Amino acid sequence: MTELGLLGVTIEFLWNVDFWINVGVLATTYGVFALGIQLNVGTTGIFNFGQAGFMAVGSYGMGILVVKADVSFWLALVLGVLIAIAAALLVGLPSLRLRADYFAISTLAFSEIVRYVADNWDGLTGGNLGLFGYTDSWTATSARIDELLERIGVAPRFLLPLLLVNLAILLAAALVVLLLVRSPWGRVLRAIREDEDAARSLGKNTFAYKLQSLSLASSLAAVAGYMLAINISILSPANFEPVLTAYGYVIVILGGLGSYAGVVVGSALLIFVLEATRYLELPLSDARIASLRFMIVGAVLMALVVFRPQGLFGRREELTLRAR
Amino acid sequence: MSDPSVLAAASRPGRLAATTAGLRRRPLLGFALGAGAIAVLLGALEGWRELGQATINGIVAGNYFALGAVGLTLIFGVLRLVNFAHGEFLTFGAYMLVAGNALGLPLLASAAFGVLATAALGLLLEVGLWRPVRRKRVGELQLLLLALGLAFLMRNAMAFVAGPEDRRAGANVTAGLHLGALRIGRTELIVTMVGICAIVAVAVVLRSTSLGRQTRALADSIQLAETTGIDTDRIVLITWATSGGLAGLAGILYALPAGTVHPNLGFGLILSIFAAVVVGGIGNAYGALAGGLLIGLAQEWSTLVIDPAMKVAVGFAVLIATLLVRPQGLFGRARGVEG
Repeated sequence: MTELGLLGVTIEFLWNVDFWINVGVLATTYGVFALGIQLNVGTTGIFNFGQAGFMAVGSYGMGILVVKADVSFWLALVLGVLIAIAAALLVGLPSLRLRADYFAISTLAFSEIVRYVADNWDGLTGGNLGLFGYTDSWTATSARIDELLERIGVAPRFLLPLLLVNLAILLAAALVVLLLVRSPWGRVLRAIREDEDAARSLGKNTFAYKLQSLSLASSLAAVAGYMLAINISILSPANFEPVLTAYGYVIVILGGLGSYAGVVVGSALLIFVLEATRYLELPLSDARIASLRFMIVGAVLMALVVFRPQGLFGRREELTLRAR
Repeated sequence: MSDPSVLAAASRPGRLAATTAGLRRRPLLGFALGAGAIAVLLGALEGWRELGQATINGIVAGNYFALGAVGLTLIFGVLRLVNFAHGEFLTFGAYMLVAGNALGLPLLASAAFGVLATAALGLLLEVGLWRPVRRKRVGELQLLLLALGLAFLMRNAMAFVAGPEDRRAGANVTAGLHLGALRIGRTELIVTMVGICAIVAVAVVLRSTSLGRQTRALADSIQLAETTGIDTDRIVLITWATSGGLAGLAGILYALPAGTVHPNLGFGLILSIFAAVVVGGIGNAYGALAGGLLIGLAQEWSTLVIDPAMKVAVGFAVLIATLLVRPQGLFGRARGVEG
């Protein structure tokens, strides 16, 4: 303990319930986000580098509909997913027919352009001041969940209702994706990953399957975007930096490519480490600490890719990253 | 059925089809005609002076994009590596210029130092990262993720060391030249000429020297090049040094007229650079030049009709349009470096 104290580390936060609720809310958000990357990369073998952009499109779509167009929150949740799917088609239609690198470049460029537009189209998105005022319906629902919890003897706690809803969504989403992947549809996706020409020679329209995979991933990104939007109650372009996509890849590779249980574990692990490191007391400015954290994320991603590409739980026979 | 005249008539294209086919064979001509038509339209609608100024700005911007794009496309052509960290090479070069200034070097020497340091960084990463990783025969996804991780690592390492604040690049940014009603900054004019000379030099080396022929051979097939006795390791190193040096130069040439250097300098340009690479045809050095100019002109011309803050989005629109209409880019072939 004393040595830890000298390093400026206090581990008391580990006994703080609010810390764990916060980790849970973020981990479930990134879990849903990374499910989409897993579906694209681990199962279909298409390299979606724009998941943060789809997340931004979905959540901004929802927020703008509620705030600027007075659409009901619940309807906006549905429409936001449709907008995210439209974005997936916009990017996928021209680039999914081409070589993998074109798709990777296009999705990354898309992700950046969304952030750029959100930053500059002030009239629609609020620019870097952010977009807010879409949470009223959620606040009412959250209060109702608090009431229910109190009736069974649980004291209300900040963000606890969101955590419960997020957990339910993550488990439901993971289950749905898992069932889809085990269905005949999912087998075609895996066939595309292993050998697209072979899948095509069996009469499968692989382009359509890849578009569907991307659209589903984009929908999941939109849902994760809602979780984030409600959690922070203000949408700002800085929330959708491409580093989110890097987080997603760290999660997917930690958990093992192709493993959906791995996504849940990987996101819990990554978010715990990211949040716990906030309690490191370093004699540095906030901006420098932020840079340091992102440096570490980059370095961890590189180290994982080189030294443990199969992740913690990945099965080599299920997937070895395409050797050339 | 077998009447030859019927077959000939069926296969004879109509005049319109013949024209479009001709343009397809000569994409540069089609590109020039299209750009000219848009220019005339914009000039007539928005005023010729505005068009002229936007064209100058477009050539200046296109020059940075082209310089960045040539380095990126060379690495792709030779190693099939999409170097997402290329924007950070630009930033690194610009910071090395600042470092040179801080050491008391004259501006020109600082710029040369920046270019050399970025070339050295390219070499260092090849020896320390990319070559060992290639020896492990890693897959395509691993390479993409390594480049992405490297981009985050480099960008934030620079932000960590230099701090988030702007650094002065040290050039005169107020002096300008007037050509009639048009204006170009003196530094802008100088860096544009330097940039164009650098690109022409790379193109000449690729086309006419033994080194260039060997590089193009590697781009066609690294295994075949190896069996014909080309020292592939050496060529790959030279390609990295060139790519790094050009990126450093692009970052420096961008920073000088802009006046300041910050950690997101290259990151802000990389989108337009990628668009230039795709528009020109991935792996094609001349294509990168044309693509860079096209993206620069498209962005600056667009400011005549839409909100200037949206000009980066125009680069993305051109990228998507290219993928839809001519995915192999202006300069044709799907693979390889052409010089």
